[in-house]
Amino acid sequence: MSVHEVIEVEEWAKPLPGLDNVNEEYWKAAREGRLLIQECPQCGHRQWYPRALCTACAADPEWLEASGRGTIHTFTVIRQQGIPAFKAELPYAVVMVELEEGPRVFGSMPGVDVDAIEIGMPVEVYFVAAADDTGVPYWRPGG
Amino acid sequence: MDRTPVIVGIGLSDYPKAPHLNGVQHHVLAARRAIADAGIEKSEIDGYVNAGGGGGMMVDDAVTMAEYLGIRHKYIDGTMTGGSSFEFHVQHLAAAIRDGLCDTALVTYGSDQLTRMGRSLGTGGMHRGQQRVAGPSGYEAPYGNSLVGSYALHAKRHMHEFGTTSEQLAEIAVGVREFASLNPNAIYRDPITVDDVLASRMIADPLHLLDCCAITDGGGAFIMTTAERAKDLAQPPVYVLGAAGGQTHWNVSQQTDFTSSAGAQAGPIAFERAGVTHDDVDLLMFYDSFTITCLILLESLGFVPKGEGGPFVAEGHLKRGGKWPLNTDGGGLSSCHPGMRGIFLILEAVRQLRGQGGEAQVPDCEVAIAAGSGGWLSCIGVAILGRERA
Repeated sequence: MSVHEVIEVEEWAKPLPGLDNVNEEYWKAAREGRLLIQECPQCGHRQWYPRALCTACAADPEWLEASGRGTIHTFTVIRQQGIPAFKAELPYAVVMVELEEGPRVFGSMPGVDVDAIEIGMPVEVYFVAAADDTGVPYWRPGG
Repeated sequence: MDRTPVIVGIGLSDYPKAPHLNGVQHHVLAARRAIADAGIEKSEIDGYVNAGGGGGMMVDDAVTMAEYLGIRHKYIDGTMTGGSSFEFHVQHLAAAIRDGLCDTALVTYGSDQLTRMGRSLGTGGMHRGQQRVAGPSGYEAPYGNSLVGSYALHAKRHMHEFGTTSEQLAEIAVGVREFASLNPNAIYRDPITVDDVLASRMIADPLHLLDCCAITDGGGAFIMTTAERAKDLAQPPVYVLGAAGGQTHWNVSQQTDFTSSAGAQAGPIAFERAGVTHDDVDLLMFYDSFTITCLILLESLGFVPKGEGGPFVAEGHLKRGGKWPLNTDGGGLSSCHPGMRGIFLILEAVRQLRGQGGEAQVPDCEVAIAAGSGGWLSCIGVAILGRERA
């Protein structure tokens, strides 16, 4: 069991994921500090984002709690963005993180010095409580 | 009867800025010009293809526009793979025409993006604050990525794996701008240098402003029919030698290889069908949403081995007079990019194969490739076109 920091915020001004009966557990777990991926009981395939089938063999996937550690597979530094909540944080890195468990996860690293970020760098997840039913995973150096 | 599929008419609407036209009117103007170019009666059109996407749902989609244009079709296709839709349309229509599902089909596209939305597409943010975003893009929505950023993720990884440089990417923008200087309608016509690209502001590392395509208005249309019907039309036919497509992902979060594309699947199929080799190709019409898009298409379609695109481009092979001139109309980088550019790749390829390229004419242009990229290097459509049949 790997529980990571969840930061509470007064107000959330960024776009949020839409919840449905497949992904609500993913976003709820994130609210509690846990990063979920899926693993197929039939073929062992692991996947992110959560779906209603295994993309390899079409079986019913099961949840797997990830360690929350990985490395940066690729990234970019966003220097121009029109949405005010993001504009206020410029510049920031958007990252693809390759988890220890295999799958890659999309995310960002707001507040981290963009000049210190490089491909291959170890990172660790933390969460921001965006709503009562939704935590958003972010990444920072570590792990 | 010879049902070999050919392109017999092309039309562009007004661009790069056309405040007198809305999205639907771009479709219409381009269609009228394509019909006139072919010298065919509108009543002969019995197939219609349109990806929509220029004006919103049920405004310029296939069925709405079929009604507006008054087309009594026997074959309709609304395939929408983003900017590469039109290369997929060529693939689908080639099969439909060969099989006799229709005889003469019209493909249209139109967008008033610059006039309606300004230049916010690339970094304006696709979703508003506090909005709930349904579907897979909800997994990206909280992070403030941009359209430019999605391509930058590819460029960064390509640089990491192969040592590709910003200077090498810039060469693509410089070469395409030279062709734009020959096109009186191109939105950006002043010559640029590698240093100009590198000095332009960074939008999403490692992509500078001049690594990014323009945002314009524009529309296009083309007409496909049988080689038999083409015999007494106004223009020499351009043959569809081979077409293929593929998809690796849609949302960029699901890209599995940030240095390649579905062109690696589609390219070999298109070339095999066409019966030509890379060395037979005289003109590259590649989707240049960003400089990196062209580099990855060049490699994944097999024109150069993976990882060798950067040095190859820097040697000038894609420039005017080079081995494989790229985007002779000035491309999306410098001429016309209303949102889904793939149709213009086909229109310019046809113009060149007819020998109507004007100052930008590629000498003895016999085989051209149009390679569209839709989404975030997600859906790649390839059409190989020729002056002579396969």
